[in-house]
Amino acid sequence: MTPDELFEQVIAILKPYTKAPEALAVAKMETSILADLKVNSARLVDVVLEIEDRFDIAIKDEEADGVRTIGDAVSLILAHVPA
Amino acid sequence: MFDQRGPRVVVTGLGVVAANAHGVPAFLEALRAGRSGIAFQQHLADANFACQVGGIPADIARIAEGYLPAADLMAMNANMMYAAVAAMDAWRDGGLSVPDCGDDEVDWGTGAIIGTGIGGMDTIAEKLVPKTDAGKVSRLGSTMVEQIMASGASARVAGILALGNQVSTNSSACNTGAEAIISAFTRLKNGLAQRMLAGGSEGHSKYIWAGFDAMKVLSRGHNHEPERASRPMSASASGFVPAAGGGVLLLETLHSARERGARIYAEVLGGALNCGGHRMGGSMTAPNPVAVVRCIRQAVSEAGISPSRIGAINGHLTATFADPLEIANWATALELSPAKMPIIHATKSLIGHALGAAGAIESIASVLELYHGFIHTSLNCEDLHPALEPYASRIARERIDGADVEVLAKASFGFGDVNGCLIFRRSEP
Repeated sequence: MTPDELFEQVIAILKPYTKAPEALAVAKMETSILADLKVNSARLVDVVLEIEDRFDIAIKDEEADGVRTIGDAVSLILAHVPA
Repeated sequence: MFDQRGPRVVVTGLGVVAANAHGVPAFLEALRAGRSGIAFQQHLADANFACQVGGIPADIARIAEGYLPAADLMAMNANMMYAAVAAMDAWRDGGLSVPDCGDDEVDWGTGAIIGTGIGGMDTIAEKLVPKTDAGKVSRLGSTMVEQIMASGASARVAGILALGNQVSTNSSACNTGAEAIISAFTRLKNGLAQRMLAGGSEGHSKYIWAGFDAMKVLSRGHNHEPERASRPMSASASGFVPAAGGGVLLLETLHSARERGARIYAEVLGGALNCGGHRMGGSMTAPNPVAVVRCIRQAVSEAGISPSRIGAINGHLTATFADPLEIANWATALELSPAKMPIIHATKSLIGHALGAAGAIESIASVLELYHGFIHTSLNCEDLHPALEPYASRIARERIDGADVEVLAKASFGFGDVNGCLIFRRSEP
């Protein structure tokens, strides 16, 4: 999958969790999940679970901790999905 | 016991999700029409329940989508949705606006006591237990705790409405709803809050109802005729019909209501709570009649009225063998001969027994009856229990219009031998 395709998928996964839909509409790779999209930090667990389910990958807690932006999420998925 | 000099307490908003209707206009119409919300439940038949009928409000998940964003809904089970929808309805019905979640103001003067009898059973049974037992705790996601904790419903409502006063979920089995209203009333009377949302909710999971079916206290023999299954006061009553839903009342000091020009449905004159100690005939599942009488008398005394001013009784009346005993207790408490008793009726005949929500939904019915000047039909007691023959003329076997009821007594007598009695008065125009 290309980064752009993954970007769209991550946006779709984040959509129900964001309290700032207007920010989601103009989101880029640099957009911060907590600060810009105002996703409740308690729900990051659920976002990671959904990424794992959707791409059939397993993400370690330490890896998840490092995800700040949409771009970070895309990179993480690329690192796990077979080329 | 109450400080009679304390603020007067009135009802300014109502929110209801019941088996026969959602929202005040629809619920009022259903009460007037004497419409039953009891239906055959295939999933109970599939699970070999003896009672295969129940009172489940229609499609709460779809209704809740019109109230809350997906981010909230994904952390809410049925119990929480019933409570939240009813609370938001009561709030708006009271003329208040739901704050924006980005708005940073807290309403310090308003709290919520929204109780439940069982709570987040669906989440526990369908998600928590299977995943945990399969060794997959890490797959549960972040939303389990707030759905399982008994206070989940009241906590969620607090966040929706930015409440800053006491927020709690009380629990006293079938007495939960009445207890919530009385507790809120007491808090307002003591000057500790200006407004309180009060009521109860209960989910519709079959796991909640299984234990009652096992005890053989649920209605049997009417699975083929669901609307005839809930038979309070009838000779053929064989148990209660399990039900779900949510009921929330907005209680307010009279001063606060008048200051903002709120519509006043009724005044709460008084309330009493007690327990029978499982003595003198009482047990975990049966009421101590001495305690029941004490509770009713205390509520009437707190309200400062004479028993003969009570125009109607909305009873606990679940359609178990305890119904005739309940009427006898009312008569003893009020010291009234059968012919002089208030009009007697049972909202459970229409909506079943909504457990933690029952006392609240039935109080809402009572307030609407006072406000609109009618008493709804007490369905399914055309074959009145023989012990209740002396009271036949007082039992509302058809809707009574123009009954001119000024004061209504509502009571619940719950598992655990716990009792609650509320006295409502029609608001002056």
